[in-house]
Amino acid sequence: MGEEPLVRWDWIGRNWPTIQELLLDHMIMALVPVVLGLLIALPLGLAGARWRVLYQPTVSLMNVVYSLPSLAVFIVLIPITGLAERATVIVPLTFYSLAVLIPAVVDGLAAVPGHVRQSAVAMGFGPTRRLLQVELPIAVPVVLAGLRVATVSSISLVSVGALIGRGGLGYLFIDGWQRQFPTPIVVGIALVVVLAVFADGLLVLAQRLLTPWARARRTT
Amino acid sequence: MNWLLDFFGNSANWSGSSGIPVRVLEHVEFSLAALMLATLIALPLGLLIGHTRRGALLVVVAANAARALPTLGLVVLIVLLVGVGTTWPVLIPLVALAVPPILVNTYEGVRGVDEDLRDAAYGMGLRGRQVLLRALVPVALPLILLGLRIAAIQVVATATVAAYVGLGGLGRFIIDGLATKDYPSTIGGAVLVAVLALLVQAGFSLLQRVAVSPGVSQRAKAR
Repeated sequence: MGEEPLVRWDWIGRNWPTIQELLLDHMIMALVPVVLGLLIALPLGLAGARWRVLYQPTVSLMNVVYSLPSLAVFIVLIPITGLAERATVIVPLTFYSLAVLIPAVVDGLAAVPGHVRQSAVAMGFGPTRRLLQVELPIAVPVVLAGLRVATVSSISLVSVGALIGRGGLGYLFIDGWQRQFPTPIVVGIALVVVLAVFADGLLVLAQRLLTPWARARRTT
Repeated sequence: MNWLLDFFGNSANWSGSSGIPVRVLEHVEFSLAALMLATLIALPLGLLIGHTRRGALLVVVAANAARALPTLGLVVLIVLLVGVGTTWPVLIPLVALAVPPILVNTYEGVRGVDEDLRDAAYGMGLRGRQVLLRALVPVALPLILLGLRIAAIQVVATATVAAYVGLGGLGRFIIDGLATKDYPSTIGGAVLVAVLALLVQAGFSLLQRVAVSPGVSQRAKAR
């Protein structure tokens, strides 16, 4: 590498508008799959928790999805969604999110203690109210643990999309490699990690807000 | 389907230094190396933290941050800094990828073992290390194996990225195929990686059946 420093700070200043654009693009491509994944995983997870027969096949299918390399799935999707379209990245990442979130929802609901469920029934809660007011809140920590993994992996995986022309911050890796210039690569890695840690922190905060009883128990 | 026939039916793809058997072997070789390194780091650490319950928060936070590291970025950065030629630098991103699931699952597995069981083991006269190895590890084994399986699959799937900087492995079919618009090769490579990942999946299912004590797996079934 010779005299080239690891980071040229002036490059960052000059390219800041581009970096911001890539960051926004990255956030959209990483977060849309997680939100979609959660919206789809909730009903599927509920169904899996209620009818256990459904659960095993769903998990096996999701395991298969999870074993497919992201790059390979991106490429297989190109003829359908078109090269360099956001959907080419969003669709596979949604499936990866599902693979993490469906088991999380089912395990979360399974973690509701039997006596809690019985108390709710005894208090006259119907199935829907019991689900919304008792079971789902108790399942929140397990579901959120899954959501944290899904979010962080999604943010990290988007960058692979750069190999097919759609990768948000991943573009900086390709750019840096092609010009044999480390600054964009370092900036890209740093921003991806910062974005992931930030999103993870928000989810931890959400968990505290959604499960106030956990904190109350700790202080008593 | 025609593309698959073009790729797998072409005898030229099956021989030589860039043929399918050589690429598969390369892929397996550095996936295994990365997985073994990651296991050497994460397994003892996870056992220690799960058993002593010290430093758990720090490790879980660090593991989650490591999950965020973009493999493609690390690979290009490392190769740019140290040059091509040796394979070991490329192992670093793959190890970083494999450590979090092994570490977190081992830790959660050991920590999650029933308190009564832990007490019973101490009551029977086992000491610290014996309790860990004879009572906690067998019970935590399903979770530990799950962590290893997730790590292995992620490594096999992600090792494709290393081809971008000119290293071998199945990613070569994908990346070179993309670069030259040779789509049969791209799809063929993708299929090979998926098959390899599914084989890993199946291998771990088998291992689980053989290694997990029947008492533990029955208990898991009953739940």
